[in-house]
Amino acid sequence: MLQTAQRQSKTKKPKPASPHERFLEAFRWMLLTRTLEEKLVSLYRGGLITSGVYIGKGQEAVSVACGMFLKKSDIFAPLIRDQAGRSAFGEALLDVTRTYLGSRLGPMRGRDGNIHRGRPQENQLAMVSHLGAMVSVTVGALMAKRFKGEKGFIGMTCIGEGGMQAGAFHEGMNIAAVEQVPLVIVATNNHYAYSTPNDREFACHDLVDRAIGYGFEGYNLDGTDLSACLDVIGGAVKRARAGRPPQLVVASVLRLSGHGEHDDAGYVTEEIKREPFARDCLKVAEQTIADLKLVDAETLAEWRKEAATKVDEAIATAQQEAPPEGDKEDWCALSTRDLVDRWNEINEEGNPSDE
Amino acid sequence: MPHHFHICVWPSHRYSEFGLCHYFVIRHSSFVISLMSITYLEAIREAQAKLLRDDERVFIYGQDVGGAFGGAFKATKGLAKEFPRRVLNTPISEDAMVGTAIGAAIEGMRPIVEMQFADFSSIALNQILNNAGTHYWRTNMPVPITVRLPSGGTKGSGPFHSQSMESIYAHYPGLIVMTPATVEDAYTMLIEAVAIDDPVVYCEHKYLYYHLKADKLPTEGLPTGRARIAREGRDLTIVSYSAMVHEALAVAEQLAPEGFEIEVVDLRSVKPLDTDTVLASVARTGRLLCVGESFPWGGVTAEVIARVTAEGFHLLDAAPQRLNAKDTPIPYHPNLWSTHRPSAKQIARKARALLRE
Repeated sequence: MLQTAQRQSKTKKPKPASPHERFLEAFRWMLLTRTLEEKLVSLYRGGLITSGVYIGKGQEAVSVACGMFLKKSDIFAPLIRDQAGRSAFGEALLDVTRTYLGSRLGPMRGRDGNIHRGRPQENQLAMVSHLGAMVSVTVGALMAKRFKGEKGFIGMTCIGEGGMQAGAFHEGMNIAAVEQVPLVIVATNNHYAYSTPNDREFACHDLVDRAIGYGFEGYNLDGTDLSACLDVIGGAVKRARAGRPPQLVVASVLRLSGHGEHDDAGYVTEEIKREPFARDCLKVAEQTIADLKLVDAETLAEWRKEAATKVDEAIATAQQEAPPEGDKEDWCALSTRDLVDRWNEINEEGNPSDE
Repeated sequence: MPHHFHICVWPSHRYSEFGLCHYFVIRHSSFVISLMSITYLEAIREAQAKLLRDDERVFIYGQDVGGAFGGAFKATKGLAKEFPRRVLNTPISEDAMVGTAIGAAIEGMRPIVEMQFADFSSIALNQILNNAGTHYWRTNMPVPITVRLPSGGTKGSGPFHSQSMESIYAHYPGLIVMTPATVEDAYTMLIEAVAIDDPVVYCEHKYLYYHLKADKLPTEGLPTGRARIAREGRDLTIVSYSAMVHEALAVAEQLAPEGFEIEVVDLRSVKPLDTDTVLASVARTGRLLCVGESFPWGGVTAEVIARVTAEGFHLLDAAPQRLNAKDTPIPYHPNLWSTHRPSAKQIARKARALLRE
């Protein structure tokens, strides 16, 4: 059963079901993401990943729809649970495994880890942990494109309902509307900010109501329904590209994992697990494929196998690569090397305790 | 032999050799800079005018900078008329102003953000420190933003319009922190700040805005990272920066009839900090006093003393001293404010005590 967006513009009716090819392509990115993240969790539990693993289980449909409609020249600033969107936008699996496993060859070279990664040179902005901070950064990138005379571009950034309560998010939304940049913000309400439930996060009736207060156009979305995600987020991208005001999409899901893999999410109530938004979007999509007979079981099995092979290869490659080494690291935080204050470095070299 | 190099602002040709005295030369196109006299504030305005004229990647972003208003201190006066698309007013959103600048810089622009007062940059600390300051290290892509901070105390400005933030910014990696003390440096260093590929926090002192004047704007200046000997001496080194340089110079003048020759070092940038010039001065004088307007716990003056003590202990004839503002919020009333900040009187008292040791 293909559901449509719960709330759409009054003047436009929801689009009919998206083309099957697009649905299936999105499903395969979701499958790859789930396969990858399950493998990362195994590695974490085996002690092979330092620090943490943060997965997007239950949010893949929303995330993949974010990546599906972007062009390479668009700006994408994903957040913590956006592996599906990152992959659909063009992030290589090796970038993920190299960053999680601390390879020197990854984009972050061991200097940053897990989901804190990106390739700004390729329009994949690298998130900082401070929530809401990337909204205005995306706005700035879009302003630059406008200054340079580029046409037809948009920017997309993702946030959760937790991050929506940060001051930076407020400032970012406001400045996006003031600057009238072609921005889409996709907010996923996964009902918990780490362990804090919605009733201690915000008190408004519906988060999407904030859109009008900022001068955005806003849409609600059942984030467990891939088809709806593609329709609503695809529509928002189209409107932003056409010069409409900035777009806010608020998707509803349940986070089907802990905040990170260190967290058993014991605070998630049984009651909320029975809510419609608690469905697993991957299973829902798979059921849709079966109901509509989009592909047969053998093809699905083949896709699973293919995803597992790709993931295994990316992990095996990263595992064989050298980690960074402290005494060989280039400890330089400036690109202008002759402006580096080398005093501490010189002092360290002369410190007898190092000998 | 001095190694001259030219910048026509873009692209920046950086100097690389250590130990040489470098200068950079600013090419002025048709823009006439010969004025009867020019203030520190006008120099900042003229630098921005030149930057806007010379490079389309430059834009100015801040509260009230645009329109006919030209900024709370008029540092952008008239610029929006000439560059209406590149001198832009912003909402009161310091975090988003800097975040926007970071995004624009990633996409190839050279934004200048004007904070209305340095004090309000505390709202943007996250973007400056955690986003701009980490970006090159994390991603290998530098973020060439310049954040202008109207800094320091003036009479009656009180706790929230008087702060000096350079010590906080210097503490964090990935940033360059400039503290110009002269009209000439205000001009050349701002032009250099925008040319630098890394984020620059440019601390301009509000007290100097109208008090300092020069006959004309310079066509060359010392590069960032080089301190300047503002006055030569042999008995005591006073290391300072920004407005405190002028208090130190006043003290040097005051103590000269007493037979003391005080050397005044103007750091110009506190990060990078020109330790070599400081050490060379202390080698000549044997005594060190560091003066800064920021709060006393840690900071620039403590850093200078730590470095001199570690590397030049044998050069010192007396324990090095420092003088900062008091460890309280900055007071409103002029009687309190003039006691809170290091004054020529306080510096002179400290200098005499040091010279007697």
